[in-house]
Amino acid sequence: MTRYETGLCLPAPHRAGTALPRLLPGAPADVTSPASLRAHLRRHGPRPSCGGDRAHRQRLIDEVERSHLTGRGGAAFPAAVKLRALAAAPRIPVVIANGVEGEPASAKDKVLLMSAPHLVLDGAVCAAELTGAGEAVIVAHEAAWETVRIAAAERRAADYDPVPVRVLAAAAGFTAGEASAVVHWAGRGAPVPTGRPPRLGGPGRRPAALVSNVETLAHLALIMRHGASWFRAAGTPAEPGSMLVTILGEVRYPGVYEIEPGTPVSCLLELAGGTTAEPGALLIGGYFGTWAAAADALPLPFSAAGLSPVGAVPGAGVLAVLPARACGLAETARLTRYLADSSAGQCGPCIFGLGAIARELEQAAALGGCDLPAVRRWLRDVTGRGACRHPDGTALMVASALRVFRAEITLHERGRCSAISSAAVLPVREPAP
Amino acid sequence: MTSPARLAVDPIACDGRGLCAELLPGLITLDDWGFPVIARGDIPASLQKEAAAVARLCPRLALRLEQAAPNSPDRGQIPPRRSSRLVLRPDTGVRRPGS
Repeated sequence: MTRYETGLCLPAPHRAGTALPRLLPGAPADVTSPASLRAHLRRHGPRPSCGGDRAHRQRLIDEVERSHLTGRGGAAFPAAVKLRALAAAPRIPVVIANGVEGEPASAKDKVLLMSAPHLVLDGAVCAAELTGAGEAVIVAHEAAWETVRIAAAERRAADYDPVPVRVLAAAAGFTAGEASAVVHWAGRGAPVPTGRPPRLGGPGRRPAALVSNVETLAHLALIMRHGASWFRAAGTPAEPGSMLVTILGEVRYPGVYEIEPGTPVSCLLELAGGTTAEPGALLIGGYFGTWAAAADALPLPFSAAGLSPVGAVPGAGVLAVLPARACGLAETARLTRYLADSSAGQCGPCIFGLGAIARELEQAAALGGCDLPAVRRWLRDVTGRGACRHPDGTALMVASALRVFRAEITLHERGRCSAISSAAVLPVREPAP
Repeated sequence: MTSPARLAVDPIACDGRGLCAELLPGLITLDDWGFPVIARGDIPASLQKEAAAVARLCPRLALRLEQAAPNSPDRGQIPPRRSSRLVLRPDTGVRRPGS
């Protein structure tokens, strides 16, 4: 096994004073045991009140805006814009903390919920106070649900929160984490996207729900405690704060790490113990992310600005290493099949389009030839044609694979494959029935 | 004078019956699976009446004519809240998947 040597990874001078982790426990062993309310308060101090009159809440939302906190669920939407829109909604909104994390490659939300549930609950209550919400609902992945429920019960017994907090176990499946699907699940018990924007409180009778990723809310809880300047002391000026990443695939210690945006990709792999085989390609951002050749991506800073040369964004913080000995085309075909099967099955272009793309890629991976012009046309055809972004995200990932694995695809057309291993690298789970 | 309008498909309601593409071939084509693809841009004023009629004819009520979006409310100040709260599903304790 060869370890990928990247040299020294020292923090940049302006970051030398930043203490990480902020969200995760200091000792890795604590990651599996949740912090009690008392331990949480000892570490972070009490949650400051974010309620009060409109002018006061306005000032606090201005502080969130100054922090440049962006959504950590993948879309990187500015948190302050959401808070302001919901605070101005004509109906009393509901805050929904999205801890569904249906993507099998990502574990950061589960790890956060299981190690620091009170930080997420603090954030959800802060968001509820800032927007004048009547309730905060935490929708947590099956694996973390019990932990969060116990934490919420602990707070209720201590009469700690000014708004009611409810904990809901998430539905299974990839699309269950889509924002409108989470609202649909919390409201009607059906975990499928609705196609209507649930995030913004619109006029009339449109439901006003603030759906926010659990990590975003945890950051919010700390910004309300320590202020925007503290938050901005980590990360880059354009992408400040810390962020949770899930590093997996061909690394020695796959897992969840808290990093600063702007850290070179090679240093992130060092953090995970280095690669255990020569890396061939990286999947950056998640299953809706971007494939990049390892050699191109390794020197780049892990941030939206830094990753732009390979057309990637940090997204939901997934960084997966595909070894050079594996076939990128076969891996892409497997992921695409999983995503096609994960379609909520509501929109024709998603049902038939993703299925057709997956079939073509599977055939190409099996050396059966591939109608590339048709695949390219279908990628365009499915984009923007569903109620949610499931087809769009899948198309982006496949389009990047067609670029990065071009040589492999050509080789396959000639009836050969460069891979010496057919072992699957990236996890896929059975889609929900 | 008519205000600019566009056709929009509700992709969940749409079943790919194809009536719209047959009646408005200039504005709507079908993809490889028989689902409508709407031409980009505003509908020419001369076709607006026909487009509105076809939207009403969709057997799945999945096609609609959208007038230009009205201005969105000002950002910045939080206005006072008037109406009542959104009611989610009644709280029946904790819900587990599949239950």
